[in-house]
Amino acid sequence: MDNNTTAVSGTAADTGSAHTKPSALQVFWKRNYGAMFILLWMIGFLVFRLYPFFSSLVYSFSDFDLFKGISKWGLDNYREIFSDAKIMKSLGITFKYAFITVPLKLAFALFIAYILNYKIKGVNLFRTAYYIPSILGGSVAIAVLWKALFRDEGLINGIIRFFGGDGINWLSDPKYALFIISLLRVWQFGSAMVLFLAALKGVPADLYEAATIDGASKLRQFWSITVPMITPIIFYNLVTQLCQAFQEFNGPFIITQGGPRNATTLFSLLIYNRAFKSYEMGMASAMAWVLFIIVMVLSLIAFMSQKYWVYYGDESR
Amino acid sequence: MGEHKKKQVGTVLKYVVLILVGFIMVYPLIWMIGATFKSNQEIFSSMTPFTLHPTLDGYRNSMNDYGGQINLLRAMFNTYSFVLPRVLFTVVSCTITAYGFGRFNFVGKNVLFAILMSTLFLPNVVMNVPQYILYNNFGWVDSKLYLPLVVPSLFAFDTYFVFMMIQFLRNIPKELDEAATIDGCSSIQTLWHVICPMLRPAMVSCALFQFMWSSNDFMGPLLYVKTVEKYPATIFVKLSMDADTGFDWNRVLAVSVISIIPQLVVFFCAQDQFIDGISAGSVKG
Repeated sequence: MDNNTTAVSGTAADTGSAHTKPSALQVFWKRNYGAMFILLWMIGFLVFRLYPFFSSLVYSFSDFDLFKGISKWGLDNYREIFSDAKIMKSLGITFKYAFITVPLKLAFALFIAYILNYKIKGVNLFRTAYYIPSILGGSVAIAVLWKALFRDEGLINGIIRFFGGDGINWLSDPKYALFIISLLRVWQFGSAMVLFLAALKGVPADLYEAATIDGASKLRQFWSITVPMITPIIFYNLVTQLCQAFQEFNGPFIITQGGPRNATTLFSLLIYNRAFKSYEMGMASAMAWVLFIIVMVLSLIAFMSQKYWVYYGDESR
Repeated sequence: MGEHKKKQVGTVLKYVVLILVGFIMVYPLIWMIGATFKSNQEIFSSMTPFTLHPTLDGYRNSMNDYGGQINLLRAMFNTYSFVLPRVLFTVVSCTITAYGFGRFNFVGKNVLFAILMSTLFLPNVVMNVPQYILYNNFGWVDSKLYLPLVVPSLFAFDTYFVFMMIQFLRNIPKELDEAATIDGCSSIQTLWHVICPMLRPAMVSCALFQFMWSSNDFMGPLLYVKTVEKYPATIFVKLSMDADTGFDWNRVLAVSVISIIPQLVVFFCAQDQFIDGISAGSVKG
């Protein structure tokens, strides 16, 4: 209905007839009324994201305690973060966790997707099997399972002992605990794999045919054709997985509670303890901002490096 | 001939790898289900999921009360009492928002779209603390209606889905909308009669993913649900693990398995939608 009237008034204006011209307000409404569909999102964004986002920046410069309020402003929180050995150690652990988890997960995902991309019988069955851990993996139930697998008397040690080896204290030895936590996430490579698989299917077959005629080996084709063609998805997976890895909370919180000897105390656990155990909201906000800036810097590096390695086809970016 | 043989070996090798990896992926889950039927003595003494002396003790005990205040079924009821509204609200609000971004022009659209995209990459970790303070000021912490877990979904809070739906919308020809407007549909009628039916696969994916993620949500309830009777399944599973590990593993594993049955059922009924949803919108995971 809107549009019928607009059509009429439009022609009227064009022909310059004496027909009533739409007022400026009407014109504005006509051009912008679509914005009302994003109003909900806008309100949500302002209230639930933008305001909290900046308020936490403000709090980070205070000693805000949920019960006692604010008594002091300043840089104390940030000073403490960078001078506290425990916090810095946790930051180091978080980096280590991310740099173990993300490459392993992506390499696995790409490797399996690459094999699945051949004409494999029962491809859907395999795909489902690989994908189940991803869809269930976030649940507490799976964290419980992980504990059952890797506890001292757990399934994995049972298998090792069956073959005559010595059991390993996976979760109680600081040497292994972090790796087991990241293994839980590597095991969930399914969704990254589905993305890779979709990207691989999009690589034009004639590129491979041409390369085969030229005598390029499969390995050579993989590095010179496959990888460059799917760099956008590699990039996407890299950024999202990094972002998630730096925020990992459930795994260490449920399985190891940050132990043994703080070996799995990722930064988000520390933030949680400060914020919701001792209610030091100011300090927790400052720590969250430090983590945020780290993730942003890494993403920025990734984004800026795009032009050197990400191939976006003919569409220029 | 040699070439042919090499190809055969390669094919066999591929299947071996796929089956081996598939086995590693699925075996823990199968073992877990098997373990729930074992006695506590037997769980860790055998590596196979099978047992010669099956027992239902784990399942029987899984129904135990927790301090008389909560049991597993109650906790699962709690979970779905906030998950289902959240799913519904997410689908509706994200569809409307995607329609606005995908089909209309308005002042500042590009800037707003850039903001929308940047929230995709905004780590949630910065948000937990200030959101908690905000909800605390609203008096929403420990609300009986799970307000902090439900209300944001009314406002297209999960921008992944908005993005996914905009991607879907791009593949729906604009001529359909135009035809509808010529037939006299208002923009809202067009959304309802033209866009929604075409967008249905995306809406289904959105609902499915939100269902999974919300059912798995641990951090949200951990922060905002303080009353034991209102605990959802995720918190209940964690509680029973903390209380019973060391001696009552079959109960703990049975509790875990039961708690994810609804998700397993949904997944197996709709696996293709999950896969399509991921590929279409590049959803996180």
